[in-house]
Amino acid sequence: MISDGVKKKLRDLFGKSCFLDSTEDRIAYSYDGTALLSSLPDAIVIPSSVEQISRLMRLANGEKFAVIPRGSGSGLSGGSIPSENSVVLLMSRWDKVLELDRNNLTAWVEPGAITGKFQTLVESHGLFYPPDPGSSQICTLGGNVAENAGGLRGLKYGVTKNYVLGFEVVLPTGEVMHIGGKNMKDVAGYNLKDVLIGSEGTLGIFTKILLKLIPLPQASRTLLGFYESISGAADTVSAITAARIMPAMLEFLDKPTICAVEDFAHLGLDKNTGALLLIEVDGPRSAVEEEAAAIESICRRSGAKSVRLAKDEAEGTKLKAARKSAFSALARIRPTTILEDATVPRSELAAMVDFISETARRHGIEMGTFGHAGDGNLHPTGLTDERDHAGIAHVESAFDEIFRKAVDLGGTITGEHGVGMAKKKFMESLYDTPFIQLMRKTKEMLDPNCVLNPGKIISVSPRCEGALPKSREQIERLTAKMENPSEAYF
Amino acid sequence: MSHRNSGEDLGPKKGGMQSGARAGGFHPEMSEDLLAQCMHCGLCLSVCPTYALTGLERSSPRGRIRLMKSVMDGTIPVAGTFEYEMNFCLDCQACQTACPAGVKYGELVESAREFIQVNKKGFKLKRLLLRTFFVGKSGLRAASALLRLYQKTGLEKIVIFMSGVFPIGILKRARLLPRLSDKFAIDILPEFVEPKVAARGGVAILTGCVMDAMFAEANLDTVDVLRENGWRVAIPHTQVCCGSVNGHAGDNVTARALAIRNIEVFEGTQADYYVVNSAGCSAFMKEYVKLLADNPQYSDRAKKFSGRVKEFSEFIYETGYRKPKSKIESTVTYHEACHLVHTQKISAQPREIVKDIAGDNYRELNESTWCCGSAGIYNIVHYDEAAELLDRKLENINRCDARTVIAGNPGCLAQIAAGAKNGRMDLEVIHLATALNRLYKSEK
Ligand SMILES: Cc1cc2nc3c(=O)[nH]c(=O)nc-3n(C[C@H](O)[C@H](O)[C@H](O)COP(=O)(O)OP(=O)(O)OC[C@H]3O[C@@H](n4cnc5c(N)ncnc54)[C@H](O)[C@@H]3O)c2cc1C
Ligand code: SF4
Ligand code: SF4
Repeated sequence: MISDGVKKKLRDLFGKSCFLDSTEDRIAYSYDGTALLSSLPDAIVIPSSVEQISRLMRLANGEKFAVIPRGSGSGLSGGSIPSENSVVLLMSRWDKVLELDRNNLTAWVEPGAITGKFQTLVESHGLFYPPDPGSSQICTLGGNVAENAGGLRGLKYGVTKNYVLGFEVVLPTGEVMHIGGKNMKDVAGYNLKDVLIGSEGTLGIFTKILLKLIPLPQASRTLLGFYESISGAADTVSAITAARIMPAMLEFLDKPTICAVEDFAHLGLDKNTGALLLIEVDGPRSAVEEEAAAIESICRRSGAKSVRLAKDEAEGTKLKAARKSAFSALARIRPTTILEDATVPRSELAAMVDFISETARRHGIEMGTFGHAGDGNLHPTGLTDERDHAGIAHVESAFDEIFRKAVDLGGTITGEHGVGMAKKKFMESLYDTPFIQLMRKTKEMLDPNCVLNPGKIISVSPRCEGALPKSREQIERLTAKMENPSEAYF
Repeated sequence: MSHRNSGEDLGPKKGGMQSGARAGGFHPEMSEDLLAQCMHCGLCLSVCPTYALTGLERSSPRGRIRLMKSVMDGTIPVAGTFEYEMNFCLDCQACQTACPAGVKYGELVESAREFIQVNKKGFKLKRLLLRTFFVGKSGLRAASALLRLYQKTGLEKIVIFMSGVFPIGILKRARLLPRLSDKFAIDILPEFVEPKVAARGGVAILTGCVMDAMFAEANLDTVDVLRENGWRVAIPHTQVCCGSVNGHAGDNVTARALAIRNIEVFEGTQADYYVVNSAGCSAFMKEYVKLLADNPQYSDRAKKFSGRVKEFSEFIYETGYRKPKSKIESTVTYHEACHLVHTQKISAQPREIVKDIAGDNYRELNESTWCCGSAGIYNIVHYDEAAELLDRKLENINRCDARTVIAGNPGCLAQIAAGAKNGRMDLEVIHLATALNRLYKSEK
């Protein structure tokens, strides 16, 4: 626990209304979107200036408490879950778009701006910010940069890092640093920008972000392909690639996911479908019509039972919204939904999907899989109940196998959700020792006291995890926690 | 209730809320399972008006559900923040519409409120007032009579003037008091009226307490529109309040008594459908089946009753209505009452009707599904927050350039009209039945 003296300093720094430490508020910031993980912070602070954040970091280094940056808390790897002895730094109120530069096609935003709202705004000016995670209506741009979030349009347009030109960031020791600018080309010095992007709130706190925009495509067209099984869908993906067509979206849903989405969104999807592809092409109007027709015939040739072309953009939007709800809609089936994002090279898609369903069967668990077929980023989702400990254990061992298989196929353990706390243990199997060492050294160099979001991505040194336990109860609690990490909360 | 009200003991205690809810018995499904359904994804945060106001997780659906879990575990006390947040919630159920995981938030928050009531001992002014004014017609009549006197004597003008000068508490609240209708529709109308064209069947209407006290005209218009479309209309004079005001405030004992009374009265009319023009009332009457599920004597009758309840726009849209010969002459938009769009999922039907009778004058309202801040008695208890929501609504109305707003709930009608009046906006706020009946009348 942070001492009363330190709490007083925090209250003085942030003001009474921006320092929260009631049990109720602490509970309300003990979780994010990740299943099974939660832990209470000691307090929550709401900053109103960069200076305040910088002073907070200096205080944290002096008094040895942890700072956990948080956007909207929609993360799926436990990135904003508090550690012991920690203060949550709430960035969600910094939600302004500071500048929209239509000559340079750039925008300065505050980190708490909601991704979806920002997209609507730039689109009303005929501009386009492509990265659109399924959570776009609620996640923040700061959280997106911190996670290097992907989304449904990753295949053609790339992910968040492809649109970050620069930022202002408070380093773990409290210095304020500026990176980048409106130049489309800039090779002066090390590319530290890309080190900080995707650092999951462990290397710095973004306080202002410069984003790149592109012109809004003239038109778009959405199609659905219905298949008996995954193999037809996978064939379609390969055939589209071979035909040198680059869809903006190429999404895959398996049977349980189709049923769950249909139950939520009532789109008239055939629940007897084994696999579904949602494909969108965009660009100049004439090209779009041509490509949509070409894809339609590819789908049929690759064994689609039927193909449905959205009659207009409004229907396309509805279909995409339904795809975005896939993860949460699966939660209808069972109370606890454990989502992962194993990713493989595109060519291994069918092999990976088959392995996932076979593994689920073997462990006797319910699992739905959906994902970004175009870039091999899959979201196998285990459906269970956290009150059923045996069930949870089965899901966890199934995921262990799935991750190892993904790595064997040349893939990775996370395509877009980040490592956070949830996937830390797989890091060593993914990377060689020099890589892990370099990551550790980088963290130690930038954050010598390990006060910024400790315990995420990699473990650095034990002192990171907060103050040393003193009383017997504290030690007992710690050992109990090590034996049963999923019961970290209460 | 033995459940502790103190936060000292944080030891887990299972089933607190569950047993509390069962003691009340309204929502038998209110249980750990219902809470466990929330997977804390946060997708509901973007539609929650109270989260937009405070930016705090505890004022969001996801945060409130977590607090409910904590109360169940016995880790936080019922009194204090928990009670505040449960009542700060508008119960607009926008989160329920947004939630892909199918979390039944409305049931959860209503159970939580009931739990809070059950946990409280001693004198409760709010409940007493609600019981007095909303139970019998006589209570509401007494209140209305006082209010009418106040408005007629000119005292109102003084109070409104003063509230502009001293914007404080009770004075500010006075501004929200709507202009009352001169008479109750139920006093004017006979118990049965015949259709104006060949009969298609019989319906009975609920005149509603708030609706009838403030918008008796809307009730008269509802009857006219139904007759115009071939329905024989029963207006049972012995009907009582639907019980929603009590139910939403956590007093299900009273709500159940009212439901039983209405079941008996409406059954007596032999009508095929019970048409209700107030969104809050129709939503609640469709839930009588749940409210009385544990009552052996009434559960079956409640089920039949709820099956017959139809919201006004839903009813005329589904059974078909005669298109008026002319269109509304001013620009029109449609505000979606929470209890229509979120609770009953009625959205396309009234919008289609409004579009149809407005023609080229129809304007789409941005954030049409956002709560206007009225939410039952919310605008009285949480004046400032309700005012912020109202401003947001009025700004959207202004931006779409509508001169007439149509809505399907008396609370919304009063709230938006009061806001327009205070902001000196040139805006008319009317019920759909009124809009439609004006066009029918103009044909003659
Ligand atoms: C239904 C659903 C669908 C999703 N779909 C996708 C998807 O398609 N693609 C995808 O990539 N992700 C997806 N996600 C995951 C999640 O939304 C993203 O990781 C998102 O970027 C998190 O943003 P947030 O604002 O909620 O951040 P939080 O969850 O609050 O934080 C995430 C991380 O960012 C850090 N952080 C937050 N703000 C800052 C800041 N200002 N400075 C430094 N660090 C900061 C936090 O410490 C934490 O480590 C989905 C989540 C849900 C619930
Ligand atoms: S209520 Fe629904 S949308 Fe909101 S956090 Fe829970 S599961 Fe997600
Ligand atoms: S009912 Fe309305 S106010 Fe209450 S949590 Fe849901 S969206 Fe928010």
